[in-house]
Amino acid sequence: MHKELRSHIISFLHAGIRLDGRKLTEYRKPIEVEQGVVKTAEGSARVKIGETDVMVGVKLEVGEPYPDTPDEGTIIVGAELLPLSNPEFELGPPGIQAIELARVVDRGIRESKALDFRKLCIEPGKKIWMVIIDICPINDAGNLFDASSLAALAALQDAKYPAFDGEKVDYKEKTDKRLELEKTPIAVTVIKIGDKFIVDPDVEEEKVIDARLTVSSMEDGTLCAMQKGGDFPLTIEDIDKMLDIGIEKAKELRKHL
Amino acid sequence: MPYNERIDGRKFDETREIEAKVGVIARADGSAMFKIGNTWAYAAVYGPRNLHPKFLQDPQKGILRCNYNMMPFSSSGERVRPGGSRRSKEISLVTGKALLPVLNLDEYPNSVVDVFIELPQTEAGSRCAGICAASMALADAGLEMKDLVCAVSFGKVDGSLLVDLDYSEESYKDGPVADIPIAMMPNSGKITLLQMDGEIRKEELMELIEKAKKVMADIYEVQKKALKEKYHEVEI
Repeated sequence: MHKELRSHIISFLHAGIRLDGRKLTEYRKPIEVEQGVVKTAEGSARVKIGETDVMVGVKLEVGEPYPDTPDEGTIIVGAELLPLSNPEFELGPPGIQAIELARVVDRGIRESKALDFRKLCIEPGKKIWMVIIDICPINDAGNLFDASSLAALAALQDAKYPAFDGEKVDYKEKTDKRLELEKTPIAVTVIKIGDKFIVDPDVEEEKVIDARLTVSSMEDGTLCAMQKGGDFPLTIEDIDKMLDIGIEKAKELRKHL
Repeated sequence: MPYNERIDGRKFDETREIEAKVGVIARADGSAMFKIGNTWAYAAVYGPRNLHPKFLQDPQKGILRCNYNMMPFSSSGERVRPGGSRRSKEISLVTGKALLPVLNLDEYPNSVVDVFIELPQTEAGSRCAGICAASMALADAGLEMKDLVCAVSFGKVDGSLLVDLDYSEESYKDGPVADIPIAMMPNSGKITLLQMDGEIRKEELMELIEKAKKVMADIYEVQKKALKEKYHEVEI
């Protein structure tokens, strides 16, 4: 379908450049992370990577723990691919794209143990905090994975508990108590087109990818979550290279937190 | 004790602070942001574009579709469950009716103009903020329009006639409250949205509507300024 676009992009990549003039492993500029943008949320952040613009809000609710983890709170990540943000998105319940996005963001946070779930426990077996993270793209100009992951982390960093008297949550009153973030897992999606690897794809590049690998890594380079996507397989050598790029680029993105 | 002084200190006919900007969503054909106090709306316009499924098409003219949605974290209370409610469906409907009179879609048979309104943060008056943003986004999309649409809520709180109720006034407990969202075409003075909950005398309602013309004129100026600003950045 995008055969000509693809060969055009590949010929550029072989010359070491992207259609918009970037290098292969260069993010768009500017990268902006703004915290506390939404007063009605317990925590919020807005991340812009080039023209891509994503808002994430955190709400805190009191609920019951799962029976198998009675002393642990939990996180819930939702993503809505708002038709406001992209002409190809449609109204309706979250499709598979939105679900994958939410799950990739969820795993980065959950598996890195960025939040200590035991600290979210109020009363073992009875009451826990549920940290609900909602991803809302405002303008999807590509790479929602990385922008959403970064925004989710920044929103968690910004979040403060609302007042809770043991019975009811008073959302009008925020306490000074913050959610404690133990780690900062950063997701970097590395794209393979032809035999080249790039990061931070724009809308056109996203249309012609062979494969993608979202790599979430922590400060010390330890991996905490991955997701392979795209229709083509990856060789072991590919994965080796993509992980290197992912870990390296995460360091760069982390500076914006 | 009558409501003689507004909780946030505003004059009776004073709106909350307004901020407006167009061209805020690069991928949309037209877009705008409208913020009034703590209520914050984005609107994106896509189209005129092909309409599917085909049976929805009108061979005589284009149709307008509006969708109003609160982001899950936009309410000061509990999380708003995504996916739309009866309330948001109704607001989508009346928003469409509020905007349609300024458009001329005769030139676009079988097509649709989609308007998506998203609210990241709300504190009363969200449908009106959405309508203000949407009318600016339609203009930004370059559609033929007879006028803009301005909207704000009016009301009566414990005997006092007010402009732009905030949450504390909407939910005022010590006396009766009437909440009246109004949308107006500022040049013709015609009204395209009128809803009310609460109690009010006919004379008082007419007084408020009379007052609306002045308030709408102020909002119109803010919208026009924002639309013009988009084209001010380049110097020759």
